[in-house]
Amino acid sequence: MALRSTRLALLVGLLGLVALASVAIGAKDIPLADVWHALTAPTGLENDLVVRELRVPRTVLGIAVGVALGVGGALMQGHTRNPLADPGILGVTQGAAFAVVLSIFTLGVSSLYGYVWFAFAGALMASVVVFLLGSGRNGPTPVTLALAGAAVSALMHGLVSALVLLDRQSLDAFRFWQVGAIAGRDLDLLWQVLPFLVLGLVLAGVNASGLNALALGDDVARSLGQRVAVTRVVGVVATTLLVGGAVAVCGPIGFLGLVVPHAARALTGPDHRWLLPFAGVIGAIVLLVADVVGRVVTRPGELEVGVVLALVGAPFFIALVRRRKLVRL
Amino acid sequence: MKGFRVGPVSGPLRWRPFTVVVVGLGLVVLAGAVSVARGDFPIPLGQVFDVLLGGGQRGQRFIVLDLRLPRALTGVLVGAALGVAGAVFQSIARNPLAGPDVLGVTWGAGAGAVTVITFAGSLGVVGGTTAAVGVPLAALGGGLVAGLLVYGLAWRRGIEGFRLVLVGVGITAVTGNFTHYLLTVGDVTDAARVMVWITGSLNGRGWEHVVPVGLALAVLIPAALVGTRLLGALQFDDDTVRGLGVRLNGARTVMLLLAVVLAAVATASAGPVAFVALASPQIALRLAGTATPPLLGSAVVGGLLVVVSDLVARLAFGGFELPVGVVTAVLGAPYLMYLLVRSRREARV
Repeated sequence: MALRSTRLALLVGLLGLVALASVAIGAKDIPLADVWHALTAPTGLENDLVVRELRVPRTVLGIAVGVALGVGGALMQGHTRNPLADPGILGVTQGAAFAVVLSIFTLGVSSLYGYVWFAFAGALMASVVVFLLGSGRNGPTPVTLALAGAAVSALMHGLVSALVLLDRQSLDAFRFWQVGAIAGRDLDLLWQVLPFLVLGLVLAGVNASGLNALALGDDVARSLGQRVAVTRVVGVVATTLLVGGAVAVCGPIGFLGLVVPHAARALTGPDHRWLLPFAGVIGAIVLLVADVVGRVVTRPGELEVGVVLALVGAPFFIALVRRRKLVRL
Repeated sequence: MKGFRVGPVSGPLRWRPFTVVVVGLGLVVLAGAVSVARGDFPIPLGQVFDVLLGGGQRGQRFIVLDLRLPRALTGVLVGAALGVAGAVFQSIARNPLAGPDVLGVTWGAGAGAVTVITFAGSLGVVGGTTAAVGVPLAALGGGLVAGLLVYGLAWRRGIEGFRLVLVGVGITAVTGNFTHYLLTVGDVTDAARVMVWITGSLNGRGWEHVVPVGLALAVLIPAALVGTRLLGALQFDDDTVRGLGVRLNGARTVMLLLAVVLAAVATASAGPVAFVALASPQIALRLAGTATPPLLGSAVVGGLLVVVSDLVARLAFGGFELPVGVVTAVLGAPYLMYLLVRSRREARV
């Protein structure tokens, strides 16, 4: 107990450091003293503007989205009892993408504020379809779920290409959303999504002890007095709010939801009451680090955070698959 | 069931698969002819056959032989190559869900081609030689690399079907992400071109696209047919296969390589046309009533699927031509879902 609290506190401290790095490092060299100056007593200098208008929003957004995706991934893995569950692999992000493109194409929605709702709907639809397709009498297996995700992703991708090819304006808006980035979003957008993310986090917290029971299997959970159906529905709603909200703002950021829960499990064990907060904090750390790395490697250009995470996350996924026995949750 | 013997070669001759191949070929010719006949300047079907047999007026000869026939032929050959590749993949993975789409080959090829289109495009050199040679070569390379990577990473004292599929899903995710990144690098014209390419299109295909696939098929289909016996053996469990005297991993590696090359060549010509490799072996298997996907049957069904989908893509949306890959994806993905539901009912993957 004490050990876990210390670790969590250390992680939060680390998150603070990473956030500071994210504010301090970028395409423009700004000395640390100036960064401090901008944060504490801004006077409208150019450096102050860069820090306050660009880097701080980006960092705050990164933390919010990282927490959401980390917790969302942990929920997904817990509910499907599947070590390979990830919003990208299970087709949720492509579902959101399709809904977003449909809204751009048919309704002419052009602002990010408009996307959000469609992204939610698409994410919810895709996650329900994939889960239904992938689970049989013996419940879902990692392979069937991954394949159901691949099928849904492929269908969505086909429809998206059709729409995007018919309309060049949709393509131009869509291609920048699709790659997954936390740059160039202003804070207003975050305020719009934040209520959903917070609601998702609250529901996830409520869900944690139920998930612990579900991990023993539906029958045992029922005999322990859990209302299995209610727990599942709450879980799906929480996942959709977290993942859909994150995807709506930043586009599909892959592999974060896959990697983070495993790291959290290594640090704290399988108890979801601890696992979820750990996953949230680690998610934020990983996302910010990936974003900073993306800014540094191709200076003065930038590599989007989605690309960096895919490059790091995919080897991890393959290593998981190569384990002699897939981890059983 | 009867047998045949030609010199040293002998084998069983089953009538139903044979009929499927013959009837299928007839349908392919018909669909191809319709595809050649329809267009902005329609030519009656009778005259199309006339031109193909050497007659016709000069204008018609130009339209048919130089403009429309290569497109139809590319479609047929690409479909055939994908069908055979899919049949081999599915026999080896013992899984109706395996295929170059799932195993990362087509997305790898896509990433290769998109790299060339984007970077050469921004230098203003796509078009002419770069487009004709560079893009297919890059696609071929990308497909081969991705295929070998999946195979190598899935190797762990031998290959297991499920691990192959999952590693393929991982590699597909990376290459897909990379492609999406490249989409943001160029300007919107390049992006549109890339989007058409990664969807899979037969638009503007000429003889230079027909020849490579044709050659690859001419070499690899006989090779695959020789391997049919191996494929037949590979459907049993590993111990039985060894008991039959087949060198398991060697046989698998050779056949997989062959399938990867076929899929990569096809993708280099027409882009990643989705789901043809997945669906055609299963359709052929049901039509022919065999235990494993029949190679020739899959090839014929694949060709037919692509040509008919291309017709739909060209004609169904009024004046606008969609890439063929959109049609195959929208038809094929529900089919994959159906397979999943069905295999789950049979309690096996």
